[in-house]
Amino acid sequence: MTDELPRSPLAGVTFAAPFVRELPFLAMVDLRAASFPHPLPGPNRVGSVEGRDVLWLGPDEWLVVGPPGDAPAIETLLRQGIGDGHGSVVDVSANRTTLSVAGPHARDVLAKGCSIDLHPSVFAPGHCAQTLLARAQVILRQVDAEPTYHVLVRGSFAPYLAEWLADATREFG
Amino acid sequence: MLLIPCPWCGPRDEVEFSYGGAADVAYPPDPDALSDAEWGEYVFVRDNPRGPFAERWVHTAGCRRWFRAVRDTATHEFLEAP
Amino acid sequence: MRLPAGGRIDRNAPLTFSVDGVTHTGYRGDTLASAMLAHGVLAGPSIHFGRPRGIVAAGVEEPNALVQVGPEPMLPATTVELTDGLDARTLAGRGRLVAPNDGYYDKTHAHCDVLVVGGGRAGLAAAVEAGRSGARVVLADEQPELGGSLLSAPDTWEWLDTVVAELASFPETRVLTRATVFGYYDHNYLSIAQRRPGGGRLWHVRAGRVVLATGAHERPLVFAGNDRPGVMLAGAVRTYLNRYAVRPGQRAVVCTTNDSAYATALDLLESGAEVLVADVRPEPPALAGVVASAGGSVRSGTVVAGTDGTPRVASVLLRGPDGRTETVHCDLVAVSGGWNPVVHLHSQAGGTLRYDESLAAFVPDASRQACVSVGSANGELDPVHALWTVPAEDGAWDTHFVDPQRDATVADVLRATGAGMRSAEHVKRYTTIGTAHDQGKTGGVATLGVLAEALGAGTPGPTTFRPPYTPVPFALLAGRDRGALHDPARVTPIHSWHVARGAQFENVGQWRRPWYYPLPGETMTEAVLRECRAAREGVGVQDASTLGKIELVGPDAGEFLNRMYTNAFAKLPVGTARYGMMCTADGMVFDDGVVLRLARDRYLATTTTGNAAAVLDHFEEWLQTEWPDLRVYCTSVTEQWATIAVVGPLSGRVVGALGAELPPSFMSFVDTTVRGVPARIARISFSGELAYEVNVAGWHGLAVWEAVMAAGEEFGITPYGTETMHVLRAEKGYPIVGQDTDGTVTPLDLGMDWIVSKRKSFVGRRSLRRPDTARPDRKQLVGLLPVDPDALLPEGAQLVAPGTPLDPPVPMIGHVTSSYRSAALGRTFALALLRSGRDRLGQVVHAPLSDRTIEATVTEPVFYDPEGTRRDG
Repeated sequence: MTDELPRSPLAGVTFAAPFVRELPFLAMVDLRAASFPHPLPGPNRVGSVEGRDVLWLGPDEWLVVGPPGDAPAIETLLRQGIGDGHGSVVDVSANRTTLSVAGPHARDVLAKGCSIDLHPSVFAPGHCAQTLLARAQVILRQVDAEPTYHVLVRGSFAPYLAEWLADATREFG
Repeated sequence: MLLIPCPWCGPRDEVEFSYGGAADVAYPPDPDALSDAEWGEYVFVRDNPRGPFAERWVHTAGCRRWFRAVRDTATHEFLEAP
Repeated sequence: MRLPAGGRIDRNAPLTFSVDGVTHTGYRGDTLASAMLAHGVLAGPSIHFGRPRGIVAAGVEEPNALVQVGPEPMLPATTVELTDGLDARTLAGRGRLVAPNDGYYDKTHAHCDVLVVGGGRAGLAAAVEAGRSGARVVLADEQPELGGSLLSAPDTWEWLDTVVAELASFPETRVLTRATVFGYYDHNYLSIAQRRPGGGRLWHVRAGRVVLATGAHERPLVFAGNDRPGVMLAGAVRTYLNRYAVRPGQRAVVCTTNDSAYATALDLLESGAEVLVADVRPEPPALAGVVASAGGSVRSGTVVAGTDGTPRVASVLLRGPDGRTETVHCDLVAVSGGWNPVVHLHSQAGGTLRYDESLAAFVPDASRQACVSVGSANGELDPVHALWTVPAEDGAWDTHFVDPQRDATVADVLRATGAGMRSAEHVKRYTTIGTAHDQGKTGGVATLGVLAEALGAGTPGPTTFRPPYTPVPFALLAGRDRGALHDPARVTPIHSWHVARGAQFENVGQWRRPWYYPLPGETMTEAVLRECRAAREGVGVQDASTLGKIELVGPDAGEFLNRMYTNAFAKLPVGTARYGMMCTADGMVFDDGVVLRLARDRYLATTTTGNAAAVLDHFEEWLQTEWPDLRVYCTSVTEQWATIAVVGPLSGRVVGALGAELPPSFMSFVDTTVRGVPARIARISFSGELAYEVNVAGWHGLAVWEAVMAAGEEFGITPYGTETMHVLRAEKGYPIVGQDTDGTVTPLDLGMDWIVSKRKSFVGRRSLRRPDTARPDRKQLVGLLPVDPDALLPEGAQLVAPGTPLDPPVPMIGHVTSSYRSAALGRTFALALLRSGRDRLGQVVHAPLSDRTIEATVTEPVFYDPEGTRRDG
């Protein structure tokens, strides 16, 4: 056990808009592998392995996301999967934090900074994309049809993106 | 703002990509075997056609994959699926 | 005057406004121009000659009536919606941004199957058809309400209401009003400026297909005194009558080359005005009879040859087919020289244009993108009798205005052709015609016609249209990307501590890094000397979290690093670290940093702060495009780790006090824990002193930093910033990539032959023996000690040999790349890139500045502890 509690890059930040909140400390493990025994999602899709969400990042790259503290278990799981094969498992939990943007205004808010088409016929629950939101690189995924989106952003960019979101949500209260 | 066809992520705005110059310029297997002129040709000299041009792009803000694309330099039209 | 009935204005919503301090009233639904016209208010005088000018048009093509409203200058009154309390000032053709535009402007993205530009008859038809198919449609129109020219034709209003209601019923159709599509870029990417209360919104639209229903602009006729107030475009007169219930004159002469102006004549008659139509065509059209039966008169083969009146038009001079002239009293001249399809967007999209003889105008020819022009924009217009100029009775051409906004006349065009110019582009630049805010929307084609006539050419040549279609405020283009949102400020997990401690920050790429930490009353120089002394004599601490970090995993990771770095890594023992340098294929230094071997198949490479993304792209480029057979995966972990550098002779005691295991030797590391937090501690030094780098997960960075500060308190631990880090490394002669190198410097130029492997191949190696790269007289890194030990060389100062005359061109032999005051040396010192620098050791060079010359002795670039005895404490 650690003595110290982790501190999110957005510690102390409060969002005026009730439909934006941070989901800090999610476990995230980057998986690179040419082959893997469990089926992994294809381009721009989210799948799951042993109860963890698996986000497609590239043709041989995925981000496995679990609850806070789950990274060691995910690492073990993935290393077992790779076995003797060639692959890479890197804990990147502290690399990014997660913002949830949900509800009827979510699409309009994200459209202010995101150039990909978020229309439900194009981008739906279970879809993900690496793209730009405003001037920050993000991993964007749609979680449900409400719609709820998760925005995964690098820690160093998180304060900027939080400020951008605070501004972009202003007209929606 | 070009719409560039990433072979993995699909078409995305140009700002997500970085340009890698001419494609199909292979790294010489044995640089030491080349004359100064031949090495200089590899490092510095590229075609600059008006019209179809095979080039490399990397989807920097996306999947980080490098890919080859053929673009008409006069119209910016991407001519074939990478 | 305002007509007692009619129009689309809301007579129940009277509004008060003022122009140049005089108060008037208008109605909701008015533009500033229609309300001015209702009260006979003139536009500002002309830009150069101060000639009186009036409102000419009813839309964006208005060449005269510019006003300033609030902070925004150069607004055509024809595009300003009247609001209560609006305070406008007329401009003489030129405005100034007198205050920052602090309106609320933002941006958004939209995607659609079909973007319809223009909500007139053709655009509405296209949008409804697309909408009925279920397609995702965006319909953008620059006006506050849809309808375009239909808004000037009351007999169409019922149809208009039906269509607008149907559009509103389509769930996937988005109607944007007050929205000007001003730019058409590659791959069907269009920009729309939408006016909103208190600001605006910039729409970036990616469209599957584009329908250009942009209509047409009427063009004036070019006759003597054609700029006199009261001379208006015929279509605009009809708009003012029918849409705004404003009749611009009581006695009207309608002068036309085509049928379209007859509708204006008939509507004027119906409003009670007297009307005489002067039709340049020799045979009267069928409509002439209709005008006659409504009480007007029509003269065929007749032109307006001049005007008179001060300041407003009071009469015109008509010239009949027999050449006889007649003066006709009037207070309104409604002219139609024909119509120009609005082809701007078609042309911006790479489409070609074709000159249509029957319209005497350019029409869309081939499209290069997925777009189609429809309606008037595609040339569906009445044929015209081409008439470019009407000679004056006295033969003068100096009041035949082709560009009233630039006060440019036919005489100016003739001056240009007289000076030998033939191309429209040259004439444009010589005369400034078409360069004003209206970009020649009304006068452009007329100018080309005048030019063709002057040159005896058959038809005018085509022109180029560039964005924006209408002026766009810079504030709109900036949107919310101002202030803190202008560019991301990347910060480390320890940032809040630095802020609380009063650090001054510097930008390194997008990162905000502590620069130095002044105590109350301390100057920067004093603070940096204090911080340097602490690191050299006691213990200092720096937040090094911004360094780029890349994990490389796979059985071939060592071989890959061998190929990327100038020195070797394949045999680096696990648990140790090595400094490495990277070149691009041209042999120039690209980046440097320390590489740790974490396990047999796992390395961690650090990069310079500003180059982290570029190095990862570089790695991926070689792996993916040249050596896909190498089994290596790269993962960025820059923010995964917070890095705390504890530096100085007492650093071991501080880190030891944290209860962590310590790495056994220089350039080794251990995985341990600090306060229960997993930590990787490495013996790495960028200062030459004993130093430890403590790496913990980013979210523990602040807590561990605070623990280090607490542990170091008894040793006087001193936080230091980038400036001190720069001084310390420069004292040791360690170059900084991007400061002491600039993409033209090889490792050999830096004197770092020791880091260039002779035994293995690496990217850039072959270039190091190119004749140019191997020249002995290249610029080489040296140290400089100013002869006056208190003189500080400015970074960037150019160096010359002693005795060089300072008359340009002065032969330079190098420049200063780094320069500091050193606490350890008790003097100033510098690094420089100097031609044949290593041959000049011991010589003196001069740095001539604007007010003095600093002399400096060339030295080895290592100033402090050259034996390296201090790194082990």
